[in-house]
Amino acid sequence: MKKVKADPKGVLTGVHYLDGDYAIAEGALAAGCRFFAGYPITPSTETAERFAARIPKVGGVFIQMEDELGSIAALIGAAWGGKKAMTVTSGPGFSLMQENIGLACMMETPLVIANVQRGGPSTGLPTLAGQQDIMQARWGSHGDYEVIALAPDSPQECFDLTIEAFNLAETYRVPTFIMTDECVGHMHEKVVIPPAEEIEVVERKWYTGPKDKYLPYKLDKDGIPFMVKAGDGYRFHTTGLTHDERGYPVINAECQDWCVRHLCDKIRKNADKIIILEEDETDTAEVIVLSYGITSRVATRAVQKARDEGIKVGTLRLITVWPFAEKRIRELAPKVAAFVVPEINYGQIVFEVERCAAGQAKVIHVPHCGGWVHNPEDIYKAIKEAVK
Amino acid sequence: MKAEDRLEERNPIEDLLRMDRIPHIWCPGCGIGTVVTSFAEALKKTDLDLDKVAVVSGIGCTGRVAGYIKLDSFHTTHGRAVAFATGLKLANPELKVVVFSGDGDLAGIGGNHLIHAARRNMDLVVICVNNFNYAMTGGQVAATTPLEANASTAPYGNFEFPFNLPFLMEAAGATYVARWTALHLRRVTMSIMEALQRKGFSFIEVITPCVTLYARRNRLGDGLNLLRYYYDNSEIQHGADTRQLDISFQGKIIVGKFVDKDKPTFLDAMNQHFTRVLGDDYQLYGRINHDRD
Repeated sequence: MKKVKADPKGVLTGVHYLDGDYAIAEGALAAGCRFFAGYPITPSTETAERFAARIPKVGGVFIQMEDELGSIAALIGAAWGGKKAMTVTSGPGFSLMQENIGLACMMETPLVIANVQRGGPSTGLPTLAGQQDIMQARWGSHGDYEVIALAPDSPQECFDLTIEAFNLAETYRVPTFIMTDECVGHMHEKVVIPPAEEIEVVERKWYTGPKDKYLPYKLDKDGIPFMVKAGDGYRFHTTGLTHDERGYPVINAECQDWCVRHLCDKIRKNADKIIILEEDETDTAEVIVLSYGITSRVATRAVQKARDEGIKVGTLRLITVWPFAEKRIRELAPKVAAFVVPEINYGQIVFEVERCAAGQAKVIHVPHCGGWVHNPEDIYKAIKEAVK
Repeated sequence: MKAEDRLEERNPIEDLLRMDRIPHIWCPGCGIGTVVTSFAEALKKTDLDLDKVAVVSGIGCTGRVAGYIKLDSFHTTHGRAVAFATGLKLANPELKVVVFSGDGDLAGIGGNHLIHAARRNMDLVVICVNNFNYAMTGGQVAATTPLEANASTAPYGNFEFPFNLPFLMEAAGATYVARWTALHLRRVTMSIMEALQRKGFSFIEVITPCVTLYARRNRLGDGLNLLRYYYDNSEIQHGADTRQLDISFQGKIIVGKFVDKDKPTFLDAMNQHFTRVLGDDYQLYGRINHDRD
């Protein structure tokens, strides 16, 4: 992985008052994203608007596509044309992108998609928050594959994690998602953008060897193949079909085994390096409130109230939602009485927590069907129930 | 003795094919191979740097073209070849990007991208092999199947009005539109050459026999007969009114170059517009400009 300093042309150094959507656009520009294809959808559109306003003065392309199927396809094309590329969307658009998210995984294409989640299913609640696409981010396209998903809880984190998302996408050649929500997307807060020389960005893993020796899917020592871009004279082929090292289709079970294991294992085996968690007082906790995104901020009040009463409450925030923090949950489960899992859906990440806790700790879900954040009182009640 | 001096038969276009993937999957008598030959001939006759030519295909019989052409080549998802190509071209404007796909992929599932790329005058060459049906999946009715023709999902004949693709493309804004049959080898080659050497959205429809499905189901004889039949039933009318180019079942096929006009491409329009409204603040895109670098 080659790290370089950010290109100053894209970095709007200073202290700003931005909403999360704008901060994502600034994070992308700072990370070196120079191609954006998108389609308007509430509550994500402000990211596209910001990018459209900024990119002509930075140097790059914004294109508003005819639909989200086109946006994601253009993104994959742009990545193979050599650019860092992103789009932003919300639930309905994310659904439309799923098939080509699979293509991006299959072709091992680095790209970033921000999903500013709203309540669903279907058109649902266009202007109100949800965290209901979390499982879709993991399983939305057909077949076995792995992705990376990050969940910012503030506009500052929207900026920071967008840079991180690009760095992870390039390091592992995988689509990386920023799974934020309407609340964080539309929340205005202070966002500090550091000078370009303080921002590290990961360069694409360019191949530099002899042209006739290039194999698009030959795994390097770290398990990640080298990449080239169209126009560099390699005359390479890539396909959505199951393929061998040459990128040529091979339609049999043996090649499928090699191909699918690689797509999954490059993330699974690097999970420890990828996963970012934020923990507070988990080592002494009898109850751990596990949350992500906006819900972790809402939970703070409930945690504080319970601590004031002397209950030993820890918090664990999934900054990285996928790959899931399986190892850490397994470590903590025998040491605590319960996990309390609030999320703005009717049961998604809670199933992962149950799976990893494996009966060693109670798992109490605090559901919310979307449209607003939790009442902290509901989380507090769940903490009380956990220690009963 | 050098390899090229050997007295064995060599395919004259084999340096443009992935010979390690031959034999191909197309049926004997299929017209796709002749269009590929025309494409390769056209590439050889232009002075384009072939390292800068990329081929994008979708899914289907013609979708397999990308897998056989020895250029940077992308076999993408069903219907999304034009959108993929749009991103590829915009990310690396020095590329000449050719979309090579079938009627079902381009005008059926991918129709929205096709018309919008034409509207934007995206600098792409789109070669549409039209065999009047979904062949890879077994001969289902398509957006191009002529009225009354039989298809596996129209077993009593087709009653849906088909697209007239040159008309659709001209109406959407394509700046170059031509149609030939697969047996018009020289004409197809010429049209592809013209398209490769111009800027803007170029659309070339090539009518080809699908011998295994469409021809068999409609009792139209073998591939060679049908190639000849389409050719003999065609009439060259350059500049014809594209509204008049419907294709009826085994009826006359009007061929020729119908549209060839200048209009700024997406990137040219973008650069001109931003230069005008933003002046020196604009970072000119996709051209070498050392002053601004």
